Amino acid sequence: MFDTSLTLRDLMFLAEGAGVTILVTAISVVIGTLLGILFGVIRTQLGPVLSAPLTFVLDIFRSVPLLIQLVLGNAFVGMVLQIQISGFTVACMVLSLYTSAYCAEIVRGGIEAVPETTRRAARSLGMTWGQDMRYIVMPLATRVALPSWIGLALGVMKDSALVYVVQVTELLKSTQILITRLQEPLFLLLICGAFYFIISFPLARFGGYLERRWSND
Amino acid sequence: MIDIQNVRKSFGDLEVLKGIDLTVERGEVVTVIGGSGSGKSTLLTCINGLEPINGGKITIDGTEVHARSTDLNKLRTKVGIVFQQFNAFPHLTVMENVTLAPRKVLGMGRAEAEAIAEKQLRHVGLADKLSTYPSRLSGGQQQRMAIARALAMSPGYMLFDEVTSALDPQLVGEVLETLKMLAEEGMTMILVTHEMSFARDVSDRVAFFHKGVMAEIGAPDQLFGAPRHPETQAFLSKVR
Repeated sequence: MFDTSLTLRDLMFLAEGAGVTILVTAISVVIGTLLGILFGVIRTQLGPVLSAPLTFVLDIFRSVPLLIQLVLGNAFVGMVLQIQISGFTVACMVLSLYTSAYCAEIVRGGIEAVPETTRRAARSLGMTWGQDMRYIVMPLATRVALPSWIGLALGVMKDSALVYVVQVTELLKSTQILITRLQEPLFLLLICGAFYFIISFPLARFGGYLERRWSND
Repeated sequence: MIDIQNVRKSFGDLEVLKGIDLTVERGEVVTVIGGSGSGKSTLLTCINGLEPINGGKITIDGTEVHARSTDLNKLRTKVGIVFQQFNAFPHLTVMENVTLAPRKVLGMGRAEAEAIAEKQLRHVGLADKLSTYPSRLSGGQQQRMAIARALAMSPGYMLFDEVTSALDPQLVGEVLETLKMLAEEGMTMILVTHEMSFARDVSDRVAFFHKGVMAEIGAPDQLFGAPRHPETQAFLSKVR
């Protein structure tokens, strides 16, 4: 009734692809989040007029399809900058910027959700701008921003499937390679989906855990 | 001593303070009354430099608040302010709310800061709430915590901006009791309030603000008993 030619070795091949997916996602989410915090803080500090150029650039990264960004990014690095770097590095760079553009908005929203009066109270106690940011604004903004940020991280993980266009063999590309060879598309996609689920589930649960813990405050 | 000289302040085209002169000596309790929009709350936020001014000057113990060379963060450790909204830091416990600034701004060690915080919190009647989060406190308790938080910096002066206005009526008393206690201990205070009988009770002097001008200032018995300025008379007849 159920017959497959999938071997343990094929499964390891898929797991390797999943490893690449995790690596690309982790690197891009970490760098993208750090950049996103920087861009988000700059935007709230400078106000809409002064930060307009930055906003414009970030809007480009948010509105052009990732696939196009990857292809153009790869071409830019190779043909304009004329430097030899791996597709993996290009993928991480593009995906990091893509993540930072979304993250900047999330950070801005979180910071703006902290009431001005609370910040005034902090400053009135003699805290510097930096102390207010570190001890009051960022902890509160994080609570507001966390659900969106988890959503972003999960989205980036799934979007990372597109990095195959710069010759990176991640989970979905590995699956397609096997499909071509084994001709069992439904079964292989099911396994591929299971891998994606196993990767995202802990992150989603962790987010839920933090939300519950913070709601007790 | 807080010395306010001819202070002017505008928000856009609207001039909210039209040349205020007021000197508050050490140990003195001055309350400011007046209708909404009279500029009384703005004056308090100008005193500790949260708002810039457009003219005149404010000097605290010889330091000019709005001078370029003034370190406002340092100055603010000497001038505590409590606002109408309680402004608790919601992610921190009561104890952490009170110890944060002494530790990070004054550089105190944890043990020392906690000893001071505990003393101040006992003072305002919150000794049993040390590890509680603000969301579990009533408005009156949150406001008393905010008072303890300001006192933990050992300020020389305290400013209170309508601290009972956002409270349910049955919670006003406990906060006023705390303020009264501070006044009796000799804390130098400027209070903006709508609680007339309280103002009469605790003040050394009462100032009446009207449309950005200090229309009248005097001892509470005089100002409430025999107001001289027609606007003061009109205001008091309305609030009574």
